[in-house]
Amino acid sequence: MNYSWNWSIFWQLSPEGQGTYFDTLLRGLGWTLATALIAWVIALAVGAIVGVLRTTPNSWAIRLGNAYVELFRNIPLLVQMFLWYFVLPELLPDAAGTWIKQLAQGSFWTAVVCLGFYTSARVAEQVRAGIQAMASGQRLAGTALGLTLPQTYRYVLLPMTFRIILPPLTSEFLNIIKNSSVALTIGLMELTARARSMQEFSFQVFEAFTAATLIYLAVNIVVVLAMRALERGVQVPGFIGAGGAQAEH
Amino acid sequence: MFSGFDFDVIGRSLPYLFREGMAFTLTLTGIAMSGGIVFGTLLAMMRLAKFPPLALAAGAYVNLMRSVPLLLVIFWFYFLVPWIGQWLIGATQPVRVGAFLSSAITFTMFEAAYYCEIMRAGIQSIARGQVSAGYALGLDYWQTMGQIVLPQAFRNMLPVLLTQTIILFQDTSLVYVISATDFLGAAAKIANRDGRLVEMYLFAAAIYFAISVAGSYGVKLMQQRLAVIR
Repeated sequence: MNYSWNWSIFWQLSPEGQGTYFDTLLRGLGWTLATALIAWVIALAVGAIVGVLRTTPNSWAIRLGNAYVELFRNIPLLVQMFLWYFVLPELLPDAAGTWIKQLAQGSFWTAVVCLGFYTSARVAEQVRAGIQAMASGQRLAGTALGLTLPQTYRYVLLPMTFRIILPPLTSEFLNIIKNSSVALTIGLMELTARARSMQEFSFQVFEAFTAATLIYLAVNIVVVLAMRALERGVQVPGFIGAGGAQAEH
Repeated sequence: MFSGFDFDVIGRSLPYLFREGMAFTLTLTGIAMSGGIVFGTLLAMMRLAKFPPLALAAGAYVNLMRSVPLLLVIFWFYFLVPWIGQWLIGATQPVRVGAFLSSAITFTMFEAAYYCEIMRAGIQSIARGQVSAGYALGLDYWQTMGQIVLPQAFRNMLPVLLTQTIILFQDTSLVYVISATDFLGAAAKIANRDGRLVEMYLFAAAIYFAISVAGSYGVKLMQQRLAVIR
């Protein structure tokens, strides 16, 4: 191999004028994490609502929830990204469309919304599986105590459900971080995009991608450790051990 | 709402979209599925091997592939494959590798990590006694695996393997970043040439949706049939 390695490339100034190549990679990591975290808030909130809808006694709510999940799970993420970015502003009334197109950091907010809804369908699937994994007596006991349906969910079902589905939610959170790289196609300069542009400017392909890979690995390890600590922290004594949800598909 | 849109563009470009684009997507899906399942099964056998270095190496490979974004892996292989090719055939220059070969290698290697985890669960779902019975009958490791464990593991895991393949089918759209002409790439090219982004992307989404839903429905039917036979 006649590839000339140059590991000191990271400390050279990048032509983008934002410090060294290493700085640009870190800036990319910042965008990756910001995108993933805000999208995760949307995913959890919407996913919990849709997941609950799919376990209510109302058959229309179940159908609606199922349709929602099918819609977001059966279109590739990249296509969804294009739909939000290129198609949605054209379909809205002119004023709203123009507002979206002129948004500062437009590709960031598009990526956040797209990833949020995309992941919410997966979260909804986990929430549904988690609720259904619990003994049906819990729901009956809640109603027998005189709780209304929303109260049963709020005080009986959901607190345990979220504990049960913490492990699969961890992998969904890891997925959202990885999936945020798809936003590079609509121009978000997150970590993978920074590695690619570093390669284009410096021609040090393998150094750039090695660095990005190592950063993703480090983020993964931090998330896994943090979630494990969270799992231990919220464990209900004598109830659920270190078990996962029995995901049904 | 759709006034000012021109849906004729879809009709005009159908041959290109399907004969070039969808053919690329489906061939890539097929190759990556077969290659991925074969390589993934080998990885699963390595992960379950009694010889620690083998298990460690396979585990490291699988975990590495599963912790980085597919896009980054696509870029890695796009640049790495020419160098590996050069090293393999001893050429003086990195070999030129087309988008199709590059993505076929990428997706095979990447999906193998996911198929590996499925096959590992499948192999572990077979009662240990069956392996012991195989050895007691005088079969060696490959015979026990090939004739007793893997056929059952494969059959138990068939629905999950196919579900993963539907995910793979959707993921192949990411070859867009190396400018390959898969289904989405073809749609994007027409969309940009004719300035018909809305029409083409909505159409592409509808087609992906229809194929994926049909696929999941097929898997569900098969699951019911398998359950009856067992």
